[in-house]
Amino acid sequence: MVPISIKVNGKVRKGHVEPRLLLVHFLREQLNLTGAHVGCDTSQCGACTVLIDGRSAKSCTMFAVQADGSEVVTIEGLANGDKLHPLQEGFWEEHGLQCGYCTPGMIMSAVNLLNDNPKPSEQEIREGISGNFCRCTGYQHIVNAIQYAANKGGR
Amino acid sequence: MASPTLPKLVGTRVKRREDPRLIQGRATYVDDVKIPGLQHIAFKRSDIAHGKIVSIDTSAAEKMDGVEAVFTGTQIAELLKPMPIGTPFPSPEHRAVAVDIVRFAGEAVAVVVAADRYIARDAADAIVVNYDPLPVVVDPELALQGKPGLVHPQFANNVALGPMPSGTGAPPGHAPDDSAVEKAFKDADVVISQRMHNHRLVPNAMEPRGVVAHYEPGRSQLTIWSSTQNPHILKSMVSGMLGLGEDQVRAIAPEVGGGFGAKINIYAEEYVCAAVSKKLGIPVKWIEERSEAFVATTHGRDIICYIDVAATKDGKVLGIKMRLIADIGAYNMLLTAAIPTLTMLMANATYDIPAIRTTLTEVFTNKTPTDAYRGAGRPEATFFVERALDMLARELKMDPAELRRKNFIPKDKFPYHTQMGAVYDSGDYEASLDTALKASDWKNLLKERDELRKQGKLAGVGLAMYVEVCGIGPSATLPTGGWEHAQVTVERDGRISAATGASPHGQGNETTFAQMLADQFGVPIEHVTIHHGDTAVVKQGIGTFGSRSQAVGGAALHMAGTKVRTKMAQFAGALLEAAPEDIVFEAGKIMVKGAPAKAKAFSEVAGFAYIPVPLPEGMEPGLSADAYFEPTNNTYPFGCHIVLLEIDRETGEPKLRRVVAADDAGNLINPLIVEGQIHGGLAQGIGQAMIEEAVYSDDGQLLTGSFMDYALPRATDFPMFEMHSTYTPTPVNPLGAKGVGEAGTLGSTPAVVCAAVDALSEFGVKHIDMMLRPEKLWRVIHGKGGAA
Repeated sequence: MVPISIKVNGKVRKGHVEPRLLLVHFLREQLNLTGAHVGCDTSQCGACTVLIDGRSAKSCTMFAVQADGSEVVTIEGLANGDKLHPLQEGFWEEHGLQCGYCTPGMIMSAVNLLNDNPKPSEQEIREGISGNFCRCTGYQHIVNAIQYAANKGGR
Repeated sequence: MASPTLPKLVGTRVKRREDPRLIQGRATYVDDVKIPGLQHIAFKRSDIAHGKIVSIDTSAAEKMDGVEAVFTGTQIAELLKPMPIGTPFPSPEHRAVAVDIVRFAGEAVAVVVAADRYIARDAADAIVVNYDPLPVVVDPELALQGKPGLVHPQFANNVALGPMPSGTGAPPGHAPDDSAVEKAFKDADVVISQRMHNHRLVPNAMEPRGVVAHYEPGRSQLTIWSSTQNPHILKSMVSGMLGLGEDQVRAIAPEVGGGFGAKINIYAEEYVCAAVSKKLGIPVKWIEERSEAFVATTHGRDIICYIDVAATKDGKVLGIKMRLIADIGAYNMLLTAAIPTLTMLMANATYDIPAIRTTLTEVFTNKTPTDAYRGAGRPEATFFVERALDMLARELKMDPAELRRKNFIPKDKFPYHTQMGAVYDSGDYEASLDTALKASDWKNLLKERDELRKQGKLAGVGLAMYVEVCGIGPSATLPTGGWEHAQVTVERDGRISAATGASPHGQGNETTFAQMLADQFGVPIEHVTIHHGDTAVVKQGIGTFGSRSQAVGGAALHMAGTKVRTKMAQFAGALLEAAPEDIVFEAGKIMVKGAPAKAKAFSEVAGFAYIPVPLPEGMEPGLSADAYFEPTNNTYPFGCHIVLLEIDRETGEPKLRRVVAADDAGNLINPLIVEGQIHGGLAQGIGQAMIEEAVYSDDGQLLTGSFMDYALPRATDFPMFEMHSTYTPTPVNPLGAKGVGEAGTLGSTPAVVCAAVDALSEFGVKHIDMMLRPEKLWRVIHGKGGAA
């Protein structure tokens, strides 16, 4: 067991973990932050995406020990209290989700996209979320949702 | 028909009420369910496609720290009978965990129960199985000659079902009379003949399957959570398999991360988790890994069709023959055998065709079994007929739209009795075609294509009509019963609790159903809660599949709501000294028609119903009702999809330039949600045409067994879909809604392939099989085969 300390959604969390424990399982099972989902085992689907030190990352593709000392933001930490993040608002307004399973990862990737490029074109949005699969929406309403957030100046 | 009561929210783009929990990571999917003492299950699966199990050594696994128990197929067989199916066709014995022989790569051979999922996986990997390989049956047409072997020795030539005739002169149970069909082909000026393959797909809901089973010995009660489309069917089947009463099983579909038909089937893992929990007296969880889902969750499609179309030289279709060969994989699952029969049922498509003969043969192979996948049998029918009519138009040098128009079932012929035994409820196919033609600016679209061609590009336009059978269905059409159940309660405080058996997995029923009740009772939508997915809360139900949740479940909810509303009007009548038929519900008030001063707050009437002093004569206290809606027929939504596509001459890569959809799902409860449903359907239909394919090697290995290899569409694969609607209500239910979940997959697939063939027309291409792999298209362009 290895001791780790990760700042998650603004609070320092300590744990003792097996070196092979995936970050996503640490978040989901030890911290009970179940918003990040596991949708594949090959790093393709992006359902587990969180922000690590401000950059989007697939939390199924790194060990919890690798995140030691870093700062993680999950979907649970995105809203400001009761005030939704503009991307959350956009996904709600534009019907950017159906079953919702890909949604937390999709939103966290979009946060990264808008951080890098606050006014993306449709094509840039499509490329920006191409590391995240959605099987329900055909992506159209997701593109609209991200455009909505961009228009609100939201990151 | 308009909504039966105040149409305030019904028909409008209400934001989904499900979303706040989903966009904040607060939803509970099955892997989020936690129970003290929970142990984890992992399956050891066969890595070969066909073989005799010679030995299984579980000793290393059993010795591992944290391993609770290991079960082989033989031990599971002591706990579970062979698995039942939901169709009346002959079926081989199918054990939840293989006992003697494995018949597809991925079939479970042993079960591990351990303290966490990592240990469970380690232990499963430590189990050593020795097999004696048997000949692997992969090609369904060779399989029908018994080559290279038999999947199930008692099924000669691997024939699971058939050949089963259907259509003109072939009433069920009678020898077919082919004279009308033969005459059509004798009278024909032109005959189009083509072999087509509607290939195998992997459904790939983003949430893989998962089960939590908790048997409590003290209470003799089992609770099972599963990522399923139909918890009530799960309850019935699990109780039957475990020898429990249905009163002893509670099934819960928590938040479900997509289904697409593949979560209708009741799976081995559901039975195994329940049986193991009961045997050990502890709660267990199994969460499917994606690579596991690729082989252990049912696949879709995989039907070969030999189609012949007889027509006059001016494009009137006289007759169709379709010989269908469905590769169903290694076993019959819940609905496996029934899915390809829907391909036969929809062979009439949108056309007034006087003679049709379809013949279906289902064949076993050493592959993952097939079952429902979005559209389930109807996209296959649509693909075969639309592609063949497109070939006919090309042969006759006719505009593909005009050829279809010439053959449509006219709108004054509904209800229309098809050659296949279906009764189409309502339709206006010409309006749909015209809407799509206008939206696409058809004449200019063809000009745009020609302009691109002049620039040396390979551009093509494709069009396809579709009609599908939905809103399934009368009880005669489903082994579970074809109704849906709903409960409505006006609570003491005037809030409304409702429950539906239509268990959603992304369809937004919590929103659409609340819209209906809010209108029906004249209350704010925020005062309505829709419960679903828990058999202890929803007394009965069938589930969400076959685009039925609105057309059947919504209708049941409307019925239950009407019952409660009628009773509430009686209570209000007593309070307001008015006749119940003069009572109106509006804006949180209940009042006397024409006398708005005579009104009570909705909540006051609700309170009175529970403390009725004095109790109006002849009435029972309370405001709740149940309803079962049994439709008299299926519904038949329809539409037209048009595609403009370009193929790179150098690389063969196809690129969509435009996708235009005109869909008719009858009356819409929430157009925003309907749009989302169609978008998703279009993406899956286009995905099949362009990039998705389950590919097997000659030794029965799924070569596309992960997201590294199976091309699930990404955002960059699509342009913006151009959405249009027509509205032809169904008379089958009081809402006039037809269902829309599967529609998008119907027309889009053939439209894309028609566009690709059009783009390749300079090479004399008549047909090309999906999917449109660049390498395949490159071969066509460079004269190296690849097409008919």
